Parts: sequence; C-alpha cells; structure tokens
Amino acid sequence: MNLLEILSYGFIQRALLAGTLIALLCSVLGVFLVLRRLSLIGDGLAHVTFGSTAIALALKFYSAMSLLVTMPIVLLASLGILKLTEKGRLSGDAAIGLVSALGISAGIILASVGGGYNVDLLSYLFGNILSIRSEEVVIAALLCLGVMLLVTLYYHELFAISFSDELAKVSGIRTSFINSILVLLTALSVVLAMKLVGIMLISSLLIVPAAGALQLARGFKVCIILAALQGCSSVIIGIIISIMSNLPASASIVMVNLLFFAAACVTRRIIYPKNSN
Amino acid sequence: MPGEIVATELLSCSYREGRVLEDISFRVERGDYVGIVGPNGSGKSTLIKALLSLVTIGTGSATLFGTPLSDFRDWYKVGYLPQSLHLVNPVFPATVRETVGLGLLSLKRFPKRLNRADNDKIGTILEELGISGLEHKLIGELSGGQLQRVLLARAIVNDPELLVLDEPTAALDPETRDRFYAMIADINRSRGVTVLLVTHDSGAIGEYASRMLYLDKKILFYGSFDEFCCSPEMSSLFGEHSQHLMCHRH
Repeated sequence: MNLLEILSYGFIQRALLAGTLIALLCSVLGVFLVLRRLSLIGDGLAHVTFGSTAIALALKFYSAMSLLVTMPIVLLASLGILKLTEKGRLSGDAAIGLVSALGISAGIILASVGGGYNVDLLSYLFGNILSIRSEEVVIAALLCLGVMLLVTLYYHELFAISFSDELAKVSGIRTSFINSILVLLTALSVVLAMKLVGIMLISSLLIVPAAGALQLARGFKVCIILAALQGCSSVIIGIIISIMSNLPASASIVMVNLLFFAAACVTRRIIYPKNSN
Repeated sequence: MPGEIVATELLSCSYREGRVLEDISFRVERGDYVGIVGPNGSGKSTLIKALLSLVTIGTGSATLFGTPLSDFRDWYKVGYLPQSLHLVNPVFPATVRETVGLGLLSLKRFPKRLNRADNDKIGTILEELGISGLEHKLIGELSGGQLQRVLLARAIVNDPELLVLDEPTAALDPETRDRFYAMIADINRSRGVTVLLVTHDSGAIGEYASRMLYLDKKILFYGSFDEFCCSPEMSSLFGEHSQHLMCHRH
C-alpha cells in the first residue's frame, strides 16, 4: 500500500485530522504545564476519565455521547487538583496522585460491578485513533478552536503564571482564575486525547513535545511553536508508520515523539555545547 | 495622607509554626528608601509579602497608597523584585526581553498585548541598566548579577511609584552587591521611587537607605541610619562593639 492510497481512506483522513488537532492542543498546553511543574496532570486526569468512562458505559452512553458524562467529571477533577494544591497543603504531584487513584479505583469498581471490562472500556486504556468517528472530529475541531482562542487571549497571563505565580500576583493578574483556565483546558484536551493514545500514554502527548521544545527554544513563543510542530508531526508520522507497518497507532505516535525529543537533545548538544549540561 | 505610600497598624501574621509578625505599625512616605533588616526568621520577607497581599494578614491593617490592601487594585504602581534564585527556573525558555516585558502587564487591560511603544520602553530600560546586549539571551544563561539586573528591569519598566525588593543581593559578591545598592539609590533619587528593601546586611544598606527598620518579629527600631547608630536601644541589643562594626562604613 503506498502513501497516497493510505491517505485516500476516510478513516485515515479522520484520524490524521483529529490527531493533529488534539496534538496541537496538548503540546501547546503542555508547555505551560511542564513549566508550572504540573506535567503529570495528564496522567491523573486520564485515570479520572477512565473512571468516568466506566460510569458513562454503565449508563449506556457510548462513543461521542460518553463525553456528556466524562467531560463534567474530568473538569471537576481538574479543579479538585488545583484546589488541593492551593488549599490542601499538598504539592501538585501528590494532589494529582490522589485524584488519579480515586479515578482509576472508581473505574475498576464500576467495571467490575457492571460485569467486567468490555471492549469499549479497554479501548480507552490504549486508545484507537483509527476508529475515530466524524462527530468526534467535529468536536475536536471545535474544542481546538476554543482552546487556541483562549490561549491566544490569555497568552501573557499564562506566560506570567508559568514564570512565577508570585510575580504574576503582584502584577495584578488573577492567578487563581488563570490557573483554573489552564487546568480546565487541559481536562478538555485529555478527554479528547484518550481516544488517540489512551490512558497509558496520554501524558506523553502533553509532556514530550514540551520537553523537546525546551531543548532548542530560544524564547517562550518559539518554545510553544516548536512544541506544536513536534506534537503534530509525531501524530502524522506515527499514524502513517502504524498503518504501513501494522503497528498500534498510539504506541507509534509516542515512539516518534520520543525520537523527536532525542533528536532535540542531540541537536542541543551540537548547537549549544556550553549549555548542554 | 497624600505622601503616604505604605502604612500598617498593629499588623500581625502567623504561620503554622507560630506568630511571625507582631503588632507592626509604621509608615513610609513618598521618596523614602527604607532598608528592612533583622536576623534570619525575623519576619522581614513575611512583612513585605503581607504588604503585597502574598500572605494573609492575621490581625491589624495595612494600606498601599492610602487604600486598604483588600481593595487595592493599582498594581501598576508597584514593582517587586523577589529573591531571584528562588524564583527562576533555569530551563525556563524566556529571553531577557520577554522577561522584562512581563513587567508591563500590570498596565494592560484584557486582552493584554505589548505594542511597539512597549517594546521601545523595554529597549530603553535595558539600556539604562546596561544590559541591552543581553536582550536575546535566555534567563537561564545569565550570571547572578545579570539576572538581578534583568529582574530589576522587569520591576521598574512600568515606572512604579513603589519598588519592593526582597533580599536582592543574597547571591551576589560584595562588589556587585554594593553596585546594586547604589543603582537602587539612584532609581530612588532620580525617579522619585519609594523603595522598601529587605536585607540581612544592615551595615551595607545603611550607606544608601534613608531609613532603617530593624525587625525581630516586632519593630525594634525605625528611623534614620544615623539614629540607628546612635540609638542606646540598639547598643544594648547588639553591644557597642557590634553596633560600631555595623555603622563604621557610614
């Protein structure tokens, strides 16, 4: 099968389009999360999505309809992580671990009560981008538009809180509000990205492009652009490799992302040898 | 009062470990350069964080520019320079120019955007502080002294009326430290900016500050450095020899 033939299939076009949009969201938000030391929030929210998907399936909400159940729960969980960090005398990673444990254990109990794991629930563990439906592409496009608009409007505020919460506060920025926007947008993106790479690998979409971009970027805006380029390229190349080599798409996407990261590290050593340690 | 920039009345703050500040009452007038000194754990940083609403005040009250802190919204009037080593993530990918630009956000309304005039302003302040050659460097690539200047540029690029600095020279060698204090004194004189500077180095700051506030959970002394050096209370606190050592530079 040649490349043009591959690209002529509707399910592959949908996978490439939705995948690129979701990768764009995750990599842009990932830069802020990594710099705010909230890298693992994707993992935590993915576990909550697993639990809430079990609830959705138990209530007979399937495919895109399951978002009606999962989205509100994951949005609330993201705010819960933030509140635990701000008020609960917990560090970000401990708060994420707490919410993550709650999400995954609730999912396991519900799946067990509901008669064991079914195929739909298992697909959320590893993702299945090639089974993405047209309505899910539309949702991804709308969400991408909304998130990118908000990131553009609040770019300087997000930049400021990523640099220093303390300095942002003294600049009159409502840091609680901006932090809430960041985690809510992340929660929305995680719910969508579940279909792409699944719970097991979701944080790689958020963390790896940002980590790669941080190796080479000379400037905050440049860092966001590089992360977006790495994230989108990884999804496109990963999907094509998975089809041509008959490999799982989610793992292929993550491996390509990691190769980009490794290449960025090597390039940094070559271009900036003094700053490589 | 029109000239009153900072005022506190019986202000107290507590952490879980206990009370950090007790019954703090003092006033700072426009144009003052106040050095806040005291031993480790005396509440110096907590005091300025309370004045900037970064920690919650337990009892008592504080005003900035005559407005109670809870109602204060004019943050463009305030510049803040924290202890930089605690602040800066060494892998943060911002350039010096981008970092200094953050200081202008307090002047902007939603959606906050920097225009050409803002970029000119950033260029001017970098030049004034002698760091224009660094503008495209990443902040993680700077030396301690350079980073301190960059964060100072960020703090004053919005032309604040009050500049608050928290142990800005902690990581600097004595020579760079003295140059930094002199630079702050110049900003205080030439721009008429009121300065509150926290340091543990009472001898060095006395050379530049117009007033000293000696803190050890309570205010033990508030007045000019000359008064500090002649104060019998300070003599009994430090012993005459230590007081002489602190004051001999002046």
